[in-house]
Amino acid sequence: MLAGEMGPARQWAINHQMQVGRMFDAVDMVTVSQAHMMADPESLGEAGVVFMERWAGLPADQRRVAIPMITDPRGVDLTYYDPLGQTEEMANLERRFIAACRAMGIIMTDTCINYQTIMPPVHGDHVAYGDTGVVIYSNSACGARSNFEGGPSALAAGLTGRTPRYGLHLDRHRRATRRFVVREQPVGLTDWGVLGAVVGRKAGSYWEVPVLEGLEYIPTSDQMKHFGAAMASYGSTPLFHLVGITPEAPTLAAVHGQNLPAEDITREDLDALRSDFGARGEMVDVVVFAAPQLSLIEMQQLASLCEGQTRHDRTAMIVCTSPSVYADAARMGFNGTIEAFGGKVLQGTCFYQQYAREIGEANGWVRLLSNSAKIVNILGGYGYKPALASMADCVTSAVAGEIV
Amino acid sequence: MTIELRCHVGIGPVVTGEALVADDNFSARYDLDRIKGVFSRPQHALAGQSYQDKILVLNTAKGGVASAWMLHEMMSRGIAPKAILFNRTNTILAQGAALAEMAMVDRFEEGDVTQLISTGDTVTVYPAEGRVVVDY
Repeated sequence: MLAGEMGPARQWAINHQMQVGRMFDAVDMVTVSQAHMMADPESLGEAGVVFMERWAGLPADQRRVAIPMITDPRGVDLTYYDPLGQTEEMANLERRFIAACRAMGIIMTDTCINYQTIMPPVHGDHVAYGDTGVVIYSNSACGARSNFEGGPSALAAGLTGRTPRYGLHLDRHRRATRRFVVREQPVGLTDWGVLGAVVGRKAGSYWEVPVLEGLEYIPTSDQMKHFGAAMASYGSTPLFHLVGITPEAPTLAAVHGQNLPAEDITREDLDALRSDFGARGEMVDVVVFAAPQLSLIEMQQLASLCEGQTRHDRTAMIVCTSPSVYADAARMGFNGTIEAFGGKVLQGTCFYQQYAREIGEANGWVRLLSNSAKIVNILGGYGYKPALASMADCVTSAVAGEIV
Repeated sequence: MTIELRCHVGIGPVVTGEALVADDNFSARYDLDRIKGVFSRPQHALAGQSYQDKILVLNTAKGGVASAWMLHEMMSRGIAPKAILFNRTNTILAQGAALAEMAMVDRFEEGDVTQLISTGDTVTVYPAEGRVVVDY
């Protein structure tokens, strides 16, 4: 590959991986079973699309990825972008990128919930995933092994079928380094997100691995999803263990956590985080359900809450899900119920990856309400004033036009 | 006066440039106006300053997976730093430097790099050797 006998794409890829591997002291490469690429046009730019097109124009044996390779949410829902204030230029970058990916054999899943919808990795599976929420869930809930692979590195792994063996591919980086005891049980999705955010803020580094004790029930996949996505967003954390719940932590000792000092997570910690985001009575410009994309179960819950009601004129509502969930939710009538309420269901995008600043400016959206602890963390940097509430309270607030 | 610093083996070509230093962090997505080439987040220690062709010296890298594409996009328009020196980088930005062919090194043996180099110093970075030469 390095000599170029397998073409310039694989030559670029292995060279890229060797450079990254050297920086993180990898001694060799590890075979991976899947790659997942984060590449929205806002971050790719023209240069990133041209870079992909260069490989897509090679002969088939040189351009096709070596392992199953899937994609993170796109930046433009090509069935609905003009009404959001997205431009034809943005859509064209997206179209060119999709064409290049398809030529390379990349499957356009456009999802950050592939572990719920496509093919979840299994315990011990080495993978090269992008999207911090995907990586933390796969490492923690599934027991798979992945670093945060940025788009270029995930692409390189897709082309070579391997990745440098550093970080979370190694046992020594998967042991607990911080020990927390949960003193206030989380209830709904947003509670789990807030708990993840608090742990992420306290851990605060890619190289810290939190282990949690004191949870009194086993979370659902959706709860674990919000928990992990928030932790990764607030702390750059790629792995957690829940004692007696996640597969690598049947006991505290199994993750070498027994001698770590225990730190309580109290109601005050959770309240302090919530207090950063919003207050009753504030008007709401847009309610957003995204980050991560909604599962089919969440789509049903949201549709049930919307049933028979209508949103306030001044409050828009955006719902982001994957193309596969979108199709199922359409078949079950959930999308219709949400859109009768006045919401808009987008397929294959996620709100913060779809030119959030530009669509906010185009629509006059500043005061944003969401049940996602992750998205309220991110969007402050994009000119929004984000607020946090449960899914039910978000819907009630959309009806009232203000935070209830 | 010239001093030589030792760091971990890094990424990218040998480059020389003028240092721009702060005891702060770096997020390609949230700290920069990438079109104008300036630090734009008001709370950032370098707010308002141009990073074009500078050797940036900062504490650590922040930001999500998307930032891996951003250094490449910045380099393609010629409005980018020549190199970034960190106390500790993260995996995503290191991957981004590899794509962008931008020099990046971290983990300095002599201690906190934001205290070892001053804004305006002339800095030469040798990533493959894990070596940085500072003229002041």
